[in-house]
Amino acid sequence: MTADSQALTPVEHSPVSGLAHDARGGISNPVLGMLLFLVSEVMFFAGLFAAYFNVRAAAPEWPPAGYQDFLHVLPLAGPATAILVLSSFTCQFAVWAIRRDDRAGFVRNLTVTLALGIVFLIIQGTDYIVLWTEGLTLDSGIYGTTFYTMTGFHGAHVLGGVIMLSVVLYRGMVGQFSARHHDAVEAASLYWHFVDVVWIALFTTLYLLPGTQGGG
Amino acid sequence: MATTALDHAAPRYRTRSALYDWLTTTDHKKIGIMYVINSFIFFFIGGLLALGVRAELAQPGLQFMDESTYNQLFTMHASAMLFLFVIPMLAGFGNYAVPLMIGAPDMAFPRINALSFWMLPLGGILICSGFLVGGGAAQSGWTEYPPLSGAAFNPGSGTDLWLMAVTLIGTSSILGAVNFIATIFKMRAPGMTLFRMPIMVWTMLVTSVLVLLATPVLTSGLMMLFIDRNYGGGFFDPASGGVVVLWQNIFWFYSHPAVYIMILPAMGIISEVLPVFSRKPLFGYKAFIFATAAIGALGFSVWAHHMFTTGQVFLPFFSLMTFLIAVPTGVKMFNWIATMYKGQLTFQTPLIYSLGFLTMFLIGGINGAFHAAVPVDFALHDTYYVVAHIHYVLFGGSVFAVFAGIFYWFPKMTGRMLNETLGKVQFVLLFIGFNLTFFPMHQLGLSGMPRRIADYSSSAGWTDLNLVATIGGFIIAIGLLPFLFNVFISLRNGKPAGDDPWEANTLEWATTSPPPPYNFDHLPEIRSERPVFDARHGAATGH
Repeated sequence: MTADSQALTPVEHSPVSGLAHDARGGISNPVLGMLLFLVSEVMFFAGLFAAYFNVRAAAPEWPPAGYQDFLHVLPLAGPATAILVLSSFTCQFAVWAIRRDDRAGFVRNLTVTLALGIVFLIIQGTDYIVLWTEGLTLDSGIYGTTFYTMTGFHGAHVLGGVIMLSVVLYRGMVGQFSARHHDAVEAASLYWHFVDVVWIALFTTLYLLPGTQGGG
Repeated sequence: MATTALDHAAPRYRTRSALYDWLTTTDHKKIGIMYVINSFIFFFIGGLLALGVRAELAQPGLQFMDESTYNQLFTMHASAMLFLFVIPMLAGFGNYAVPLMIGAPDMAFPRINALSFWMLPLGGILICSGFLVGGGAAQSGWTEYPPLSGAAFNPGSGTDLWLMAVTLIGTSSILGAVNFIATIFKMRAPGMTLFRMPIMVWTMLVTSVLVLLATPVLTSGLMMLFIDRNYGGGFFDPASGGVVVLWQNIFWFYSHPAVYIMILPAMGIISEVLPVFSRKPLFGYKAFIFATAAIGALGFSVWAHHMFTTGQVFLPFFSLMTFLIAVPTGVKMFNWIATMYKGQLTFQTPLIYSLGFLTMFLIGGINGAFHAAVPVDFALHDTYYVVAHIHYVLFGGSVFAVFAGIFYWFPKMTGRMLNETLGKVQFVLLFIGFNLTFFPMHQLGLSGMPRRIADYSSSAGWTDLNLVATIGGFIIAIGLLPFLFNVFISLRNGKPAGDDPWEANTLEWATTSPPPPYNFDHLPEIRSERPVFDARHGAATGH
């Protein structure tokens, strides 16, 4: 499936990339496709961030009155952030492992990545339950709406990433990847790093950015 | 019989029906043709909705429907025409032509290509199923401004179906854009450098970049509106701390670049047709490419000119940028006219439709440029003048280019020529009907008729021009009948096309009509942007 494998036999499932006249090496079709898709994902989240800063700038104070004391770095969001950042590292270790044909190391690191991703989702679910029972809901005003929309779409992307990594892990365990043939690993890792970066931006915006005091 | 002997010798393949073959294909040519057919279906649906609108407006008073039905008609007319006709139609031409033009066997991701296509009929069914639910289809205009599109004023699920359908269609566009960009950068034949690519490929590339950057932003807005409507969100509700104008910013951040998504590939078609039928190379090939890129880039800095009257945007900036975008468009107009200048023009149907494009798009460009001036925009905002403008650009522009493309590539797609006489009859009817419908709308707008109204006073002085517009609308509808008949008879008895009936320039004419799966047995040498011309005349001209 990779442009690098042009000299080899065309891969059965993708006759087209095997027939590409211009397979001059460089970035492979699947990895380029994932990068382009991530560009569109960046713009999707850019839309959400733009909406957030628009309503935040229009608000007399932020967080709005009555919602001053909801989002805390500890005990849940901070550790969840650390876990997701850590998982990006283990994901990259997995990529480096398969690049040097270390299949055991690849499976080991990817398993850890997958586990960390699932832990992140569990923490986020717990956080949602806590906040919801405390009174921060999707329809409790713009503060809740923006919080749940942004973190919710991010969580959905983490879930998508977890599914993607599970497929990649399964394919790795049955031995479908090698140093020469692992485009799916590269593409999935790019997606996972993207999800991580979005969370860092979200965490910084929602939890760390100081609030604005009301002028009136 | 020799064929019988061959059958025995050949390995036994599972034979499947042609229908199964089309439903499961990943061949970019079949997918491209399905895009075109699907788009034409929604063109006719959208056209019928428009006839309903025109019938109601022919006379003052409510003759045929109530206001709610009228609102559904014009909302769904625009939604079908923009999201299910113009954008997918041009993507369909791109799908068919781009791999052929760059000498590739298929798109970079053939199965994702099939997925992109199949989302469209699904989205179309979703959006039209609004007519079947309580409260009717979406009816807040295709722009769906809150609070009108909010749950308070439009509680029916028609708007939710609209939101889901547009999300689906947008996703189809995004995946298509990923596919086009990867195809253009990774699948070009040897010798096909970037500056030897046909203009159609360049316009598809710029269009795809616009889709990739703009469409996801619309998706985010659609999601927010969906959350507001269904889960009590407050993005666009000032009562819960939201901002109403936020929707307009998000919507137009997509929908202005979308205007270029709807016109750039049409300009690409025109730029393929004019050189072929003028027997000259395109004048200013590189200037044209840079103008295309400039339109794409400027397209992201003009969205708020749709929002001048909100009082929430920085007028001088958006006014200036909007005027600026006329410059690259003017460069293109100059290129096209200079291409025809002293050319050996052969007035076959593709050229005639291209001339229709040039003249009508010129009017659409000029009557639009006035609106960049803030005082003019304040006076004409939301009047029929705007309706006239958008139709001169999208009907006079894109639709005429679509027909130029159909007449140009039909021989390649099917192996048979369309009938020239019927094509010219259709052009005359369309051209007259189009101008009869939309030219009076300038005057209606200037005399103050607002858009999106079902009824008007008989003393307003708008009656005569509205009647003229309605007559024009029905002439357009009649003008499409020769086309349907033409396709019908040409598929059966059309003149066989041969590989290269127009003596054209680009690589799709170097293979058979229709091309085989994976397109080429061999490719001519590619030493310029006109490889087939070079091959025909025996000398590589160098470039």
